[in-house]
Amino acid sequence: MSTTELDVLPSGTWRVDNVHSDIGFAIDYMAGTFTGSFSDVEAELSDGVLRGAAKVASVQVKDPNLEAHLQSPEFFDAERHPEITFASRAVRREGDRLKIDGEITIKGHTEPVEITGVLSGPIDDPFGNRRFGLKLEAKVDRTKFGLNWNNPLPSGEPALANEVTLIADLQLVQQS
Amino acid sequence: MRVLGISGSLRRGSHNTKLLRAAGEMFRAQGAQFEIYPALKLVPPYDEDDDREPAPAAAAHLRAAVAAADAVFFSTPEYNHSVPGQLKNAVDWLSRPVGANVLRNKPVAVIGASTGMFGAVWSQAELRKALAAAGARVVEGEVAVGHAHTRFDEDGELSDPGLAEQIREVVAALVVEVEPARAAA
Repeated sequence: MSTTELDVLPSGTWRVDNVHSDIGFAIDYMAGTFTGSFSDVEAELSDGVLRGAAKVASVQVKDPNLEAHLQSPEFFDAERHPEITFASRAVRREGDRLKIDGEITIKGHTEPVEITGVLSGPIDDPFGNRRFGLKLEAKVDRTKFGLNWNNPLPSGEPALANEVTLIADLQLVQQS
Repeated sequence: MRVLGISGSLRRGSHNTKLLRAAGEMFRAQGAQFEIYPALKLVPPYDEDDDREPAPAAAAHLRAAVAAADAVFFSTPEYNHSVPGQLKNAVDWLSRPVGANVLRNKPVAVIGASTGMFGAVWSQAELRKALAAAGARVVEGEVAVGHAHTRFDEDGELSDPGLAEQIREVVAALVVEVEPARAAA
């Protein structure tokens, strides 16, 4: 796959291809990493601004009981804050990496976030569309968003880390 | 607004039930209905084998009472530094099924009393933890009534205005949790 040098992000309006995109998270838990994703996501690049949203109720992990816990007030509080949203403020290129400054809103709390990532394409896909890819990553402190749950290990250390890595692997299709 | 009070103490002269009666007056002053759950003692031990349709009558009755309430106000004693068994057992019944239980998103508050000096603080913390794990919306605020046997007059009324004020704050916080528009009032 070739990567085309562009004026940071392609111009025009591009919308996420949901089937071929993932938005998820990874967080240190006990001796390893716990991961999850959101199946119902939106993302759009328009007028140079990248926006995204994920429905909290679509959170997917490997245990339905845990999905229910993640949607409870102790975590994302899906009832009162059904969406996680992001909007970019500035996009720049550093070498072959993208740096995106923006704001993310989780559980009603809005915080600045710096995203790093890479861009692939745009390419012509087999369906007659133009599309490009974004692999994005950002680290946030979940406690700044009111997600404070924890449980101590027998040692007294917390089982769950505060730092969460947010991961988006997006394909965006040009809109006519 | 309908608020259900649940006392973790079953005995007739319970200090925690007296606290709930005092809280009940405060809820009524805010225009809410308040009643104390009368049948906690009848709830059978949680057994997943029994947790099917129809659930045991006493457990179904408890679940229906919580489902019908807009909020639940708990007052708990502390047994051996923890939640009394029958109250924890009630939370266990209420917490099932996990994804669609009657505590999910339900505003709840916890206060407590003990005859010791610490006022059931550990029991309250553990009850809040269990309620949050069940998916309830646990409001901030704690009232730890120590030396509970000295805090009521002969009629069972609170004899400490400062304590009444603390309870009133938790009552108000729970009301606002149910009706956020009241926060501005």
